[in-house]
Amino acid sequence: MKEIYLDNNATTKVDEAVFEEMRPYFTELYGNPSSMHFFGGQVQKKIDEARSRVAGLLGASPEEIIFTACGTESDNAAIRSALAVFPERRHVITSRVEHPAVLTPCRNLTQNGYRVTEIGVDAEGRLDMEALRAAVDEDTAIVSLMWANNETGVIFPVEEAAAIAKAKGALFHTDAVQAVGKIPINMAESSIDMLSLSGHKLHAPKGIGVLYLRKGTPYRPFMVGGHQEKSRRAGTENTAAIIALGKACELAGKNMDIENGQVKVFRDRLEKTLMEIVPKARINGGAAERLPNTTSIAFEFVEGEAILLLLSEFGICASSGSACTSGSLEPSHVLRAMGVPFTCAHGSIRFSLSRYTTEEHVDTVIMELPPIISRLRQMSPFGREFL
Amino acid sequence: MWDYTATVKDHFLNPRNVGDIPDADAVGEVGSLACGDALKLYIKLDENKDRIVDAKFQTFGCASAIASSSALTEMLKGKTLDEALAISNQDIAEFLGGLPEEKMHCSVMGQEALEVAIAKYRGEPIPEHDSEHDHGHAYPDHEGTVVCKCFGITDTFLKKVIETNKLTTAEQVTHFTKAGGACGGCVPKIKELIAEVLGQALETARKKPEKLSNIKKMQMIQDVLEKDIRPLLWADGGDLELIDIDGSTVQVAFRKACAGCAASGNTAIMVQQKLREFVADDIVVEEVQG
Repeated sequence: MKEIYLDNNATTKVDEAVFEEMRPYFTELYGNPSSMHFFGGQVQKKIDEARSRVAGLLGASPEEIIFTACGTESDNAAIRSALAVFPERRHVITSRVEHPAVLTPCRNLTQNGYRVTEIGVDAEGRLDMEALRAAVDEDTAIVSLMWANNETGVIFPVEEAAAIAKAKGALFHTDAVQAVGKIPINMAESSIDMLSLSGHKLHAPKGIGVLYLRKGTPYRPFMVGGHQEKSRRAGTENTAAIIALGKACELAGKNMDIENGQVKVFRDRLEKTLMEIVPKARINGGAAERLPNTTSIAFEFVEGEAILLLLSEFGICASSGSACTSGSLEPSHVLRAMGVPFTCAHGSIRFSLSRYTTEEHVDTVIMELPPIISRLRQMSPFGREFL
Repeated sequence: MWDYTATVKDHFLNPRNVGDIPDADAVGEVGSLACGDALKLYIKLDENKDRIVDAKFQTFGCASAIASSSALTEMLKGKTLDEALAISNQDIAEFLGGLPEEKMHCSVMGQEALEVAIAKYRGEPIPEHDSEHDHGHAYPDHEGTVVCKCFGITDTFLKKVIETNKLTTAEQVTHFTKAGGACGGCVPKIKELIAEVLGQALETARKKPEKLSNIKKMQMIQDVLEKDIRPLLWADGGDLELIDIDGSTVQVAFRKACAGCAASGNTAIMVQQKLREFVADDIVVEEVQG
């Protein structure tokens, strides 16, 4: 069965051109970029090129780019660094809807005597800016807020938030894993200190991430050892993946118009048509500013895992905010923070598109999903009046 | 992705007996939208009200909840009510060729709905749910107090599931009943219930021998420490080590969370009680640093 892949916020297909770019660096050009000989040196040149390409996508300087192993590492490194450079500051601010890569390290800090404030969101998933303003103080070491939410696609006003943080001398970090490559980012005109991105969300392979570190921002490395990445991240470079990420970032810049054009058109058509056909459905965060590729739709009276497995019968790949898919018993923390009723949260499905999504893919979902919802509602003791 | 058996997939994709029975003799409803799963079970008896001739279900829930409901209705047909009541949640899981442990609560939901339906048919009492949590799981036979407030689950129900499924950890209890799976506030209470059920099980299974040789006594002390006491401590992140046995004096050292714990004195008393219960009345437990 050919997959209809609409789960691009989970991971993406590696672009063929990206794969071609990285291919020689396994069996042919396998040198260590730190070596003195020509064989390693030529790899170093490609890494420099990759760094420039990543910087190009972000509007940054190459020396502000630190390669890491993943988005989670970048997030952890940013938070730990801020605490190390400001040992006297004992307060950390994040939001209730962060990815676990930020939320878990922050929550763990409470065990070490830190004060951790989690800023809430409104029913549309928008950050409570008043609460943020009230929370930041002279004790705050770092404010870490995601650029765009992985489940709903809701975009946070990170520039405004960064200004609030910096007014009190705190560092500002953003987990931009879902934003990079989907919406334009220009660090040259930003006051954000640190930014995390992940390769596999933008058609590069898994196992490569970046921490952007603004020039002049104090930093204490998470991984120490060798002198790689100017001693800011020790460990032999993942050369093939770094080179792949460079290519992926170059392509992302070129394809930005597609993301905000064709991809958005398909996303809008998908959710608009489903809203028209399926009764008792709603878009989570639909009134907020969102990524062009993401839609999270709540179908009342049915459960997400059942929807996903029936979609899977047609080759359609999506994901769910339901409890049953994860093995936990509560629906997603993001939907709960938004106050989405339990009745809807259990039946929430996320479709996340990419530049590989075709009109045919969208049409297949529009054709197959409504009967699935009806079928499950027919089986359900609830919502029988909406069959 | 869950590793569902072919039978689970079949009963999910082609569920048997979906729907309602307008003139059903017995109807049992458990769960709610808020819980994430719910089952309404309809049972029709023959003219003599003797055997089940038809069973149908309506389920809101994941694939394994739907498959468990479908399996249950198939299993019920042709059975008397007493035979039906003998169906355990393990039987439902077995019929499906097994369920992932995290999904065992789906089979428990089937059995619960069955018990509620039959209790209602027979006019037996069904306990009031916690008033704040009207989506709670009902348990028909006994009174009980709500332990898990998030899912409205009572101690009576939990103890039964712990006992029949031979559960030994709070995590397993969550997988089978959902209790403790949301805020986690009741996990300590669940651990107490496990200890209580295990204690009861041991009491019925074992009797203290009349007189013990020293070697036999030492063996039994080691046995009780290994099988009964250490697992209880593990549940709280603690542990102990047997240092020495001298006649009836048992020296232990506490490890991990128990070491340096202010309550370790109480733990030593608990260990002594258990050993007196299962081995000999004259045992004295001493805590030593070792």
